Amino acid sequence: MCPEHIIELMHEYLDEEISPIKEKELREHLKSCKECETIFHELEKSIAYVKSISNLQAPEHFTANVLARLPKEKRKVLMGRWLKQHPFLAAASLFLVLMTGSVLSTWNQEREFSVSKQENLVVKNNTVIVPAGEVVKGDVIVRNGTLKIEGEVQGDVTVINGEQYLASAGHVTGDIEEINEVFDWIWYHIKKTAKEATELMERSDAK
Amino acid sequence: MEAIIKKRIKQVIKGDQDAFGEIIEIYKNSVYQLCYRMLGNRHEAEDMAQETFIRAYVNIKSFNQDRKFSTWLFRIATNLCIDRIRKKKPDYYLDAEVAGTEGLTMYSQLSSETQLPEKELESLELQETVQKEILKLPEKYRSAIILKYIEDLSLNEISEILDLPIGTVKTRIHRGREALRQQLRYV
Repeated sequence: MCPEHIIELMHEYLDEEISPIKEKELREHLKSCKECETIFHELEKSIAYVKSISNLQAPEHFTANVLARLPKEKRKVLMGRWLKQHPFLAAASLFLVLMTGSVLSTWNQEREFSVSKQENLVVKNNTVIVPAGEVVKGDVIVRNGTLKIEGEVQGDVTVINGEQYLASAGHVTGDIEEINEVFDWIWYHIKKTAKEATELMERSDAK
Repeated sequence: MEAIIKKRIKQVIKGDQDAFGEIIEIYKNSVYQLCYRMLGNRHEAEDMAQETFIRAYVNIKSFNQDRKFSTWLFRIATNLCIDRIRKKKPDYYLDAEVAGTEGLTMYSQLSSETQLPEKELESLELQETVQKEILKLPEKYRSAIILKYIEDLSLNEISEILDLPIGTVKTRIHRGREALRQQLRYV
């Protein structure tokens, strides 16, 4: 019968923790002892068998099934992910919100009558008159009042929250625009911003 | 790899489930395999593997990020499986596989593309035999053997997963090896 410690050496060897001296002892013993050699090979064989079955894969949809069972995600994360996935939409909607806010507040603030300053405009009780035979140079803007055009305006006419009358003899070289609703007001601002932006770009292009 | 896991864990702690999905993808096969080899039943194995990830998610804040994540995960899985084995009372699945038909299901999965050559069929039979012998091991040897030879982990990691001194782990692996040798020597 072989000494018990030979079996110990086999396990040390299989754990890859055997010292070179002990490994030599084991090898020499195995050469001389058929019985121990068989045991050793059987051990190695069973390890190889066990290792050979290690290729199992998780069932289909495993990840989805687990995720479906998790407690609900925090709203903050969902928002964050949405923003990350749609950066342009996020920026655009943020812009719209801020824009609408500021524009609306100016709409509400500016309830008072005002008119752009041109020398030959006549103002009577919230009514602005471009007198017949006169030529007004530049854009005319009237807020919260009426504009009567009997003469000529060399430029655009904009009436915000009011009315404009163009006499048959009157003449406007540019565009005439009446803005009476909040949405018109916002639209007007968007157009103005866009126009300014393009002008800015054209200017920087020209440079 | 470990760096990616660390990053994902930080995202999970913030509540990001997509990041956890990536973690599941990385570990699902080894966790499922561990559960299946411990329990020997696909339904139970899937149940326990799912439960492992759910517990990991719920308790992610208690995970020490200086440690290896897989060690922590395998520890959850091993404990769940051992609990399951210990209270294995009537817990039948209506569609559970009848013992001995395991090979058939594996066979049908594998043979969907081509017919299996005799050699592979033999290897399937061998796999079944080996699995049966592993299941016959007492659970304390079984977990050590599976972690060592199927999950291919170091003795240090196994000792951490099982929360046992290295010496005890070695003894369990030695006894497990000896038992398997007795059973598999004539295969």
